[in-house]
Amino acid sequence: MSQVVPSIRVFVPIDAAALSVGAEAVAQAILREAAERGIEIELVRNGSRGLLWLEPMVEVETSEGRVAYGPVTAAAVAGLFDAGFTSGDAHALRLGPVAELDWMKRQQRLTFERVGVTDPLSLADYRAHGGLAGLQAALALQPAEIVETVRASGLRGRGGAGFPTGIKWKTVQDARAEQKYIVCNADEGDSGTFADRMLIEGDPFLLIEGMAIAAVAVGATRGYIYLRSEYPHAYRALCRAILKAEHAGLLGDSVLGSGHAFHLEARLGAGAYICGEETSLLESLEGKRAIVRAKPPLPALQGLFGKPTIVNNVLSFAAVPWILAHGAQAYADFGMGRSRGTLPVQLGGNIRRGGLIELAFGISLREIIEGFGGGTLSGRPIRAVQVGGPLGAYLTEQQLDTPMDYEALAAMRAMLGHGGIVVFDDTVDMAKQARFAFAFCAKESCGKCTPCRIGATRGVEVMDRIIAGQERPKNIAVLRDLSRLMTDASLCAMGGLTPMPVLSALNHFSEDFDRPPLPMAAE
Amino acid sequence: MAEFSAWDRDEARRIVGGLVHLEGATLPILHALQEEFGYIDAEAIPLISEALNLSRAEVHGTISFYHDFRAEPPPRRVVKLCRAEACQALGCEDLVAHLAQAGGIAVDHASPDSPVAVETVYCLGNCALGPSALVDGELIGRVDAARLLTLCETQPGSRGQR
Repeated sequence: MSQVVPSIRVFVPIDAAALSVGAEAVAQAILREAAERGIEIELVRNGSRGLLWLEPMVEVETSEGRVAYGPVTAAAVAGLFDAGFTSGDAHALRLGPVAELDWMKRQQRLTFERVGVTDPLSLADYRAHGGLAGLQAALALQPAEIVETVRASGLRGRGGAGFPTGIKWKTVQDARAEQKYIVCNADEGDSGTFADRMLIEGDPFLLIEGMAIAAVAVGATRGYIYLRSEYPHAYRALCRAILKAEHAGLLGDSVLGSGHAFHLEARLGAGAYICGEETSLLESLEGKRAIVRAKPPLPALQGLFGKPTIVNNVLSFAAVPWILAHGAQAYADFGMGRSRGTLPVQLGGNIRRGGLIELAFGISLREIIEGFGGGTLSGRPIRAVQVGGPLGAYLTEQQLDTPMDYEALAAMRAMLGHGGIVVFDDTVDMAKQARFAFAFCAKESCGKCTPCRIGATRGVEVMDRIIAGQERPKNIAVLRDLSRLMTDASLCAMGGLTPMPVLSALNHFSEDFDRPPLPMAAE
Repeated sequence: MAEFSAWDRDEARRIVGGLVHLEGATLPILHALQEEFGYIDAEAIPLISEALNLSRAEVHGTISFYHDFRAEPPPRRVVKLCRAEACQALGCEDLVAHLAQAGGIAVDHASPDSPVAVETVYCLGNCALGPSALVDGELIGRVDAARLLTLCETQPGSRGQR
């Protein structure tokens, strides 16, 4: 029939989560098996589509689109070849065409549109799938127009604080200085979050493009990506992507030949959670102890080395190319209220189907946890859900109809944060979770302000007394008083928000603060 | 298993010299030294302070602030076990208890001559496939007690031989 048989394209993710459950062994088994059978294949190591419970998820390009199989083990590979998976044929692990998977169909993927689709380190692949359109559009605009486009899109900082990105950029643009900086906060320390990691591993050029747009807009010539050291895979991907971008002229003395210089470097953190706080991150980049700075001055005016600096989260920068390519209104058409656009939601913890889901703001937590997630992994009832990382509130099962929206969550003394959702079943002890919140703060506090440095340690002690059953009403009064002090008087969100998980546990799960104390071993 | 060079002042000086041109060079230098030697020897502090025109106290202060930097050579194997909320929801604390009971391994309290140390880490970004551990740069998901004990085994006789 056909003269030349094109080699079959097979995709095995190189995302760290996929690797953590055996993707490398699967990739090797596929190469070995194909060679033994004399089948010509092209193995592409893509990012993860985000259906993490199905990893390693292998895809094959067929006439009906890409067909997925998963979760694949190395032992299952021979059987897949026997069944003809290279033609997309039936097998017990066949999930069907990726585009038809319910999990994918129900999303609005803007920022993650290429993640899992392309080879993350192929700039040609990136361009072929719409990459660099945003930067090219930006280069045709005046800097003020770029900033205005970002402002009009309604994009708010995806790191957690939700500050309007366009306003931050305007401040830096208006500042007069010989040197300005673009800094990306990739210190994704919140438990339950992994979108930054997946984006950097799955589509690193998008982050680079977003930062380049920011640099052109505000006249910055140097940039840094501060990445946590717990992400060695992401660091390797990022360093390789930056090198390739330099070779291709996307970074360097003249971004895409525009005459704008932009030099970008990836820097590793060193295991300090506090570096997710922007001023602490800047201190760390400067080579110092990561002690939080008082604000003002704002980093936008006196940031890295005292120069005007944009500090944005990975997902904020990564949203920008789409906005420039498709227009501010197209982005703002997604979402609700003052939360415009989409949010990459990360679903983890005790969940049957966990992973990454990009959705317009406004979907309820219940739809995500039950609709996408399918309930708990253990099969037991959901008891608590922590939204927004270790400084976010614990919600009850009854509160899950709340929409994913900055203001809706704030109204119930919770926060959206970086969009992480961690599910707990009914075996969780919420008094212990409250104790952990303080213990974590005590361990990770930078130590600059007293409410955080001392308060966290006192909080652990108070929780120990409550758990041990000592003078509970009095100690709960102390707990509330301490929480109020930390909330009101801490310098940054570390001490200021630690009471959020504590008080939510106390207010919504008070029965756990009144359990019979465990008998002591000595008794 | 990670292999490190023995501390070598001249090599350290070369590493420092190769990075001193960077803006805010302290952390890149510390990472490079630790990657080479497995830890940051006290002798490195004056080298760095001289090269960067910082006081020794500032360099020491930076090293001691961050959890990652070690002042002593590491054990042969370090298992970083995630104990943050998402892994707590999947029973990572039961794993910690099991390590103590079945393996005699106290997390974060390895004895100085132990070939293995299990250390707490807060979040490895694998929250949908926990509990998670990071061993020699490799991320491992859905860790159970048996797997964790296997990860903690080094080759028989690896300790003290030669």
